[in-house]
Amino acid sequence: MDVSLIVVVVVITALVFDFTNGFHDTANAMATSIATGALRPKAAVAIAGCLNLVGAFLSVQVAKTISGGLVDERLITPVVIFAGLVGAIMWNLTTWYVGLPSSSSHALFGGLIGATWVAGGAGAIHFNTVLNKVVLPAVLSPVVAALIAVTVTYLSLRITRRAEPGVVSRGFKLSQAVSGSMVALAHGTNDAQKTMGVITLTLITAGTLPAGSGPPFWVVVAAGLAIGLGTYVGGWRIIRTLGRRVSDIRPVQGFSADTTSAAVILSSTHLGLPLSTTQVCTGSIFGAGAGRRVAAVHWGVAGRIALAWSFTLPSAAIVGAAASWLAATGTVGVIVVAVTGIAMAAGIYGASRRNPVTADNVNDDPTAPTTDLDLAA
Amino acid sequence: MHIDWASLATVAVVAAAAALTIVLLISFAVVAVSRPERRAGGPDGGEASVTHTGVGTAIAALCVLAAGFIVCYGLYLIIA
Repeated sequence: MDVSLIVVVVVITALVFDFTNGFHDTANAMATSIATGALRPKAAVAIAGCLNLVGAFLSVQVAKTISGGLVDERLITPVVIFAGLVGAIMWNLTTWYVGLPSSSSHALFGGLIGATWVAGGAGAIHFNTVLNKVVLPAVLSPVVAALIAVTVTYLSLRITRRAEPGVVSRGFKLSQAVSGSMVALAHGTNDAQKTMGVITLTLITAGTLPAGSGPPFWVVVAAGLAIGLGTYVGGWRIIRTLGRRVSDIRPVQGFSADTTSAAVILSSTHLGLPLSTTQVCTGSIFGAGAGRRVAAVHWGVAGRIALAWSFTLPSAAIVGAAASWLAATGTVGVIVVAVTGIAMAAGIYGASRRNPVTADNVNDDPTAPTTDLDLAA
Repeated sequence: MHIDWASLATVAVVAAAAALTIVLLISFAVVAVSRPERRAGGPDGGEASVTHTGVGTAIAALCVLAAGFIVCYGLYLIIA
């Protein structure tokens, strides 16, 4: 296939992935602020969108490898990247449809692992690194975040129990707007970088950029706009799950959850131990829910989310592998993958319109089915 | 297999300390500006209440300022 054509295809696909990453992860920063009424839904996603865009410009320290050493980097070609992105996008759309938060990074890693497996066999996958960088953090980070959030929420509720409820509510709602914004900013800095890295590496492998180059300005702008726009569109289905179906979140809990998430994400990034924003935020929200009353948390939702997390890597890998196998056949294969992907995305979007979740009904009664999976059934 | 338990423990401790400090500071600020729930038939307060409000506001301002410093440090970490 013509190199310039596959590069264009990969760049567009990477920006689509960035967009899905944005709307998939809006809930991380703003679900609790929307649920508690600290911010109006439209205002919350607008703030998160702007901060994600700003975050994309704050740092251009692009990761040297987009796969984090999970696979043999020598086998990564534009076709493999394209196939990996398709796998990640499909997983992001599927989990969005059923309203379950899952890691976009892990979906991308899964897609790349599957695509590389097809390109170079099982030996091209570094399973030890997969275990250390994906599986263990996926298990430990939400637990750590939840434990911190439980403690913080419990203490905060104890301290403020005799204060005027109105003042408590106003004070924490105001603080929550700040803490949620911090999470949104951190998200923009981390996740927009990922797409910049994908596009930059593609340009390097295609010979458009010299090895070791940083992202060109247009890549920074495009990645920032894609993730910002995606965040603004708002993944309302996941926002509803995290904001309304985990527990009856109050401003104290929302502030505790957001502050815990921001603290864990920032400290882990600073100490060079990258964790999934989604998993940290989800753990914090469950912890904040349990901090008031353990029984008030819908643990069934936690089970479904954990199930989705366990399927993220293999599911994205299977789609990535299939896409890689088809795309490797040449131009026709790439076109077939692209058309199939667009058709599936359109199908998922069409199905979601039968039961739309928008800014108007995102805070509806949580006694309804616990995830959109139930509604779809 | 190498698991960087030291980094993980450091992240947990630092994050816990930061989150705990900020949330507790804001909680104390909220309590400071909030009047305690009045008991039925209790005294009205008068001048003492005015003093209490002034001191409470000052404590709240200090707590918010301290929390603000930590948030600014977080912003610095994002940018740096």
